[in-house]
Amino acid sequence: MTTSTNSGKHREQIMHIVFTLSALTAIVAVGLICVFLFAGGVPAMLEIGVLKFLLGKDWSPTDTPASFEIFPMIIASIYVTTGAILFGVPIGIFTAAFMAKICPKRLYAFLKPTISLLAGIPSVVYGFFGMVVLVPLVRTWFGGNGSSMLTASLLLGIMILPTVIGIAETSLRAVPEELYEGAVALGASHERAVFFIVIPAAKSGVMAAVVLGIGRAIGETMAVKMVAGNQALLRMPKEFLKGLRTLTANVVIEMGYAEGLHRDALVATGVVLFVFILLINLVFSLLNRRSAL
Amino acid sequence: MKQLSKKKPFDLFLCVFTWLCAGTTFLVLVFIISHIITRGLPYLKPSIFALKYNSENVSLFPALISTFILVVLSLLIAVPIGVFSAIYLVEYAKRGSRLVKVVRVTAETLSGIPSIVYGLFGMLFFVIRLEWGMSILSGAFTLSIMILPLIMRTTEESLKAVPDSYREGAFGLGAGKLRTVFYIVLPSASPGILAGIILSVGRIVGETAALLYTAGSIARIPTTPMASARTLAIHMYALSSEGLYTGQAYATAVVLLAMVIGINLLSEYLANKIVK
Amino acid sequence: MHKFTLRNVELWYTDFKALKNVTMDIEANAITALIGPSGCGKSTLLKSLNRMNDLIEGCRITGEILLDGEDIYGDIDINLLRKRVGMVFQKPNPFPMSIYDNIAFGPRTHGIKARHKLDEIVEEALKDAAIWDEVKDRLKKSALSLSGGQQQRLCIARALSVSPDVLLMDEPTSALDPISTSKIEDLVSELKKTYTVVIVTHNMQQATRISDKTAFFLLGEMVEFGDSEQIFSMPKDKRCEDYITGRFG
Repeated sequence: MTTSTNSGKHREQIMHIVFTLSALTAIVAVGLICVFLFAGGVPAMLEIGVLKFLLGKDWSPTDTPASFEIFPMIIASIYVTTGAILFGVPIGIFTAAFMAKICPKRLYAFLKPTISLLAGIPSVVYGFFGMVVLVPLVRTWFGGNGSSMLTASLLLGIMILPTVIGIAETSLRAVPEELYEGAVALGASHERAVFFIVIPAAKSGVMAAVVLGIGRAIGETMAVKMVAGNQALLRMPKEFLKGLRTLTANVVIEMGYAEGLHRDALVATGVVLFVFILLINLVFSLLNRRSAL
Repeated sequence: MKQLSKKKPFDLFLCVFTWLCAGTTFLVLVFIISHIITRGLPYLKPSIFALKYNSENVSLFPALISTFILVVLSLLIAVPIGVFSAIYLVEYAKRGSRLVKVVRVTAETLSGIPSIVYGLFGMLFFVIRLEWGMSILSGAFTLSIMILPLIMRTTEESLKAVPDSYREGAFGLGAGKLRTVFYIVLPSASPGILAGIILSVGRIVGETAALLYTAGSIARIPTTPMASARTLAIHMYALSSEGLYTGQAYATAVVLLAMVIGINLLSEYLANKIVK
Repeated sequence: MHKFTLRNVELWYTDFKALKNVTMDIEANAITALIGPSGCGKSTLLKSLNRMNDLIEGCRITGEILLDGEDIYGDIDINLLRKRVGMVFQKPNPFPMSIYDNIAFGPRTHGIKARHKLDEIVEEALKDAAIWDEVKDRLKKSALSLSGGQQQRLCIARALSVSPDVLLMDEPTSALDPISTSKIEDLVSELKKTYTVVIVTHNMQQATRISDKTAFFLLGEMVEFGDSEQIFSMPKDKRCEDYITGRFG
């Protein structure tokens, strides 16, 4: 028994190290992303003035002197995200309730792949669809030139549907059947049991779905850029038929030709977006932890 | 639906409303797909698959090849790392280990980062700092970080789904850890892992924002990994923003959709295989 | 002749003491049954004989376990130990591969690659486990297509494929129907000619039917150990008697 195979032991040890190093890659990647984004963006922010950069209203990178202030874009991102939530979340949650509790089994087998297909459609295809269908539609029905806050919100509302539906459905299914049975045993109708007992019981999961939807909406770039008009102007909510430019669109539109401070200001825009996303992730994982309890 | 008439008005309203919402979701998808296919099919002529791109034929063929190359490269980088780290998390790490928690949190963070931020990072790091320029290589590395959390998560889940009795059986026969993992656990988990890989192929195929400033948008078949190239999604973005080639953009969308649908069907099929 | 010699074996799962000062000798070419209520430590003891307990975090062991005079917790190759001390589990656990590959996995693990040699081993192991006639025509079929009883005999064949000295069986029939159970019991009685068998069982009749020696465990302690005949007819310890006659929880 002492003839232990040394090469085998070595191989085990080497692979153990390889596996450990692989696991570290994710950490290294996040570290690198933080370092490079912050190193690229923060100096520019300081040079422009943090408050001025975040709260100023004038983005005119090609003027002399140029002015880099992204408040309109921050607000625009918040507008279209809110709009997307208004459109997407109610439909998403009702669809999730339908799929988890109401839908006949055979229809489900058909609907489920449909939803995952909706998730799989590339955002550039959504953007193109928005450009050729939604923009003219909004133009004829509501006026304006069609590339607007409303159009972007509508399109984003569609795009976050699969995310919202997926997570909401999972959390609805996780609600113990006893709760539903208890309600029905008291004489509640199926609908009443689902909407007044099951959905409230899945509250934190449904909230997590909404938060993840917010994350998707605020980070979406190409589709928004293709339908939002992209004017870097501060809008009021009532100007929902006018164009606006989100943080993401700002980066993707100008990065191609930006140089010097302009480029760094775009990276700084990315930093602001990144911080938003980190906050949203934090809220999401807190909600998830709560629903796990 | 037979008992609809017996329901109380409020219940009836809720019931109808959920059907409506689900119907809307479904119709939106059907509408998007049918609209794109009916408009795009007439433009799917042989010339659009010409070997070389010019403004006459607006061929998507080079983009198709570049997409393929990018998928292969990204998977080559991300799959081993993702699968190995999942192996570490499930098979090697001690329970409640600090490292595992940190890896989980960072992977979660990675999966939440929007693609434009990946694009920015890829540009700052691979294109500029490592001086790889706008190239397939820069694009592939950027995308492999992007799909890493997806591969890690799906692999982790599939590994966890492998019954412990398989591991015990192998250990009981005197197999070492490595042999148990590679010959017993991984093969049992392979349908799930494959489904995850296929989903990441879908992400790569559909990606635009992360590639625009890393892989670039040159419409040529790349000859070296250091050459810039456009994928189908970028090709489509370029066509639709130029406004001159709406028909060809539709046709490209058809090809993209066909790929996405194929990918979804495949991963669905594999996922069903695990359940059995 | 003693196959295993246990001296003052104590075992902890983190803070829980699962085995208390166990000292016993396990005879070669005999069947030793370990009985006792759930959680009494019998499975724990079984798993410490081929160090499967190493897989459980926070598990510590003191005392001595000798296999043919050699300390198995000393400086030995654990994989070779498990080759010598095979194991059959409570629930049949065939790998999700063909019947042939299930049996060939063990020999391949220990370096046997030649096809004809593997064929030989597979046939022999399946014959020894009394399942050859049932599966010889479908060796390439998935092992998961077999019935529960067949799967368990396949797992026994798999354990035999690496030609061990000892076979550890952890309630091998608890998941099976009566007919499969009696087949496996016959098989085990046959196996003791060549192997040393240690079997954990909940089934008193089974222990009476097949075992030569029986050890009764309670709360991590070995209460009584002796010839099965004696233990089942006139146990010395009151607690053991209560358990055997069914007056015990």
